[in-house]
Amino acid sequence: MSSETKQILTTDGIPLEVSLKKAEKKNKIKAFLLVAPLLLFLVITYIFPIGDMFMRSVDDRMVTNMLPKTFKAMEKWENLEELPPEEVYRGFYEDYKVLVEKQEHGKLGQRLNKEKNGFNTITKRLFRQIKRNKIDESISIKEQINKIHKRWRNVEFWLAIKRTAPPYTMAKYLKGMDMYVASDGSIAQVEQDRRIHRILWLRTLEIAFFVTLFSFFMGYPIAHLLATLPMKYSNLLMICVLLPFWTSLLVRTASWMILLQQQGVVNDFFVMIGLVGDDNRPEMMYNKVGTYVAMTQILLPFMVLPLYSVMKTISPSLMRAGKSLGGTPFVAFWKVYFPLTIPGIGAGCLLVFILAIGYYITPALVGGASGTLISNQIAFHMKTTLDWSFASAMGLMLLTGVLVIYWIYNKLVGVDNIKLG
Amino acid sequence: MALPSYTETRYRIWHYIYLTICTFVFFFLIAPLFVIFPLSFNAEEFLVFSEGMKNLDPDAFSLRWYKDMIYGTKNPWGLAAKNSFIIAIFATIGSIILGTLAALGLSSRHMPYKGLIMATLISPMIVPLIISGVAIFFFMAKAGLAATHTGIVLAHIILGTPFVVITVTATLSGFDHSVTRAAASLGSNPVNTFMKITLPLILPGVISGGLFAFVTSFDEVVVVLFLAGLENTTIPIQMWTGLREQLSPTILAVATCLILLSTLILISAELLRRRSERLRGINR
Repeated sequence: MSSETKQILTTDGIPLEVSLKKAEKKNKIKAFLLVAPLLLFLVITYIFPIGDMFMRSVDDRMVTNMLPKTFKAMEKWENLEELPPEEVYRGFYEDYKVLVEKQEHGKLGQRLNKEKNGFNTITKRLFRQIKRNKIDESISIKEQINKIHKRWRNVEFWLAIKRTAPPYTMAKYLKGMDMYVASDGSIAQVEQDRRIHRILWLRTLEIAFFVTLFSFFMGYPIAHLLATLPMKYSNLLMICVLLPFWTSLLVRTASWMILLQQQGVVNDFFVMIGLVGDDNRPEMMYNKVGTYVAMTQILLPFMVLPLYSVMKTISPSLMRAGKSLGGTPFVAFWKVYFPLTIPGIGAGCLLVFILAIGYYITPALVGGASGTLISNQIAFHMKTTLDWSFASAMGLMLLTGVLVIYWIYNKLVGVDNIKLG
Repeated sequence: MALPSYTETRYRIWHYIYLTICTFVFFFLIAPLFVIFPLSFNAEEFLVFSEGMKNLDPDAFSLRWYKDMIYGTKNPWGLAAKNSFIIAIFATIGSIILGTLAALGLSSRHMPYKGLIMATLISPMIVPLIISGVAIFFFMAKAGLAATHTGIVLAHIILGTPFVVITVTATLSGFDHSVTRAAASLGSNPVNTFMKITLPLILPGVISGGLFAFVTSFDEVVVVLFLAGLENTTIPIQMWTGLREQLSPTILAVATCLILLSTLILISAELLRRRSERLRGINR
């Protein structure tokens, strides 16, 4: 008997295996077509723009496009300790003349001034010489430019131009960590008193960490109570968790602004019980205290809900068994109950941490100067300084951090296990 | 939760400490919302409890801030409310359609690259809003949709779909696929099967996902702050500006209305959740 006769055929005479594979493929395509509209929509409106953010954050083609002849000539500049050869000067002069015609020379001056302080002055001098037609193209351009200002005779300034040659730069990322590329090409740190970004990163981590910790210590007991109470009581108490969860973030922030202000309810209460005097009410808003209190209350439901859904599945007989085997209630809790809640703890903590690390609205309203986070800095550069490439760079640094945490979360708990209420 | 009579004293004490902590936390969660109610009826212009209010003097209370909210000449709340509702309704419809279709595809066991696609689809929920805001703003600016209703609706669809995908996928996890096969074997076409069989069964999940999408859009402020022009102002934007600049009690009147709205949404969401659990045969 040959193997062919063994093969099972469908009614159409096609081998069953082939027919099944065909059906399988059809189902795959069907499933994919259902997902396709949303996937396509998100890729176009969301995933690509995040890629666009990356391009903006590293893009440094401005000077590259402005000085094509200069950079071409610089390939011949070998001894970097001496001034560049005549060709480089000529190339720069020709490029600069084009920019003057297009009236873009100011932009170049500002950009180079960022690279090396004092550049703006000497490009302006060059501009004036060109405007007055003082430069004779038939003789050495190098000598004429060098006469304009002594800085043109300083090799440091030519090296600064050379550094702007690559079309891509990591400068924005370095700036986000308070570092910069020094004139010798090494990476240096900005002065101690100007390291504002590092303070912000650390503060963001610190606030996110403590908010997570506070929410855990407050959320664990009530999740336990909700999971162990009889249904009719726990449903009622659940409203205390769900109502804030469904209420507008701004409404909750507003209520904390009212509570925490100097003439507010909390301060009134402190004065009433004699904790503080009426004339020196403490500042609880526009500083870290405000951020901590408001963010903890706002994010607490995100801790309670995953904990609750895990605790709900733990059978109460396990605790009874632990106790009947001789454990005290504490031992039974610690050795039996607590380990079973670890998936919920992981989910809740990582959820709160991820949300807290990117918080913007609440810190901006109740945080003041000492309670703002990295998100506020990103918004500041988007809306006020309009340094979009720097905002993009910091956004992507934050995103990388969040994705690492999300990846850990996925490994530990699995994204599919996210439960909403 | 009554303790058994044989409980030792020290555990009894622990138990009461535990209950006290719980009471405190519940108070911490819910009390801030209730500060807003009385202050929104304040007759004075300040956001503190006046002496009259503390003595429950009827003259200290008034509806002036509610009147100001509705009839105030310079108040933008009317336009903001109209915009908020229009944007939220369209964003919800968009999220429900795209999200439900995707969830149906994702819960098919034939779906290739399920993990990767799921991660992509729910990424707008995980990525911090400020980053979503920047990215979406870049897209809308290039597409010429900045400062338009369409742009904001699209942005809110991006933010709202993950909720629909998650809730509908969860509903479908308990879904018995043999009923659709039964319908097909009885001669029903796929669209008819979906409308008559699948949709009614997953409807609680779809609606509760829709509620999430609605609330997300209705409360969203970070992305709108980047996208909205003067014409597209929404309630959250007005609240944000108000809280930053002139903290007036009118905001509290608006906040009270918003709390009432969220109570309504909470009740509907809870009813839906219970119905869905009953349908899935989960009994507690």
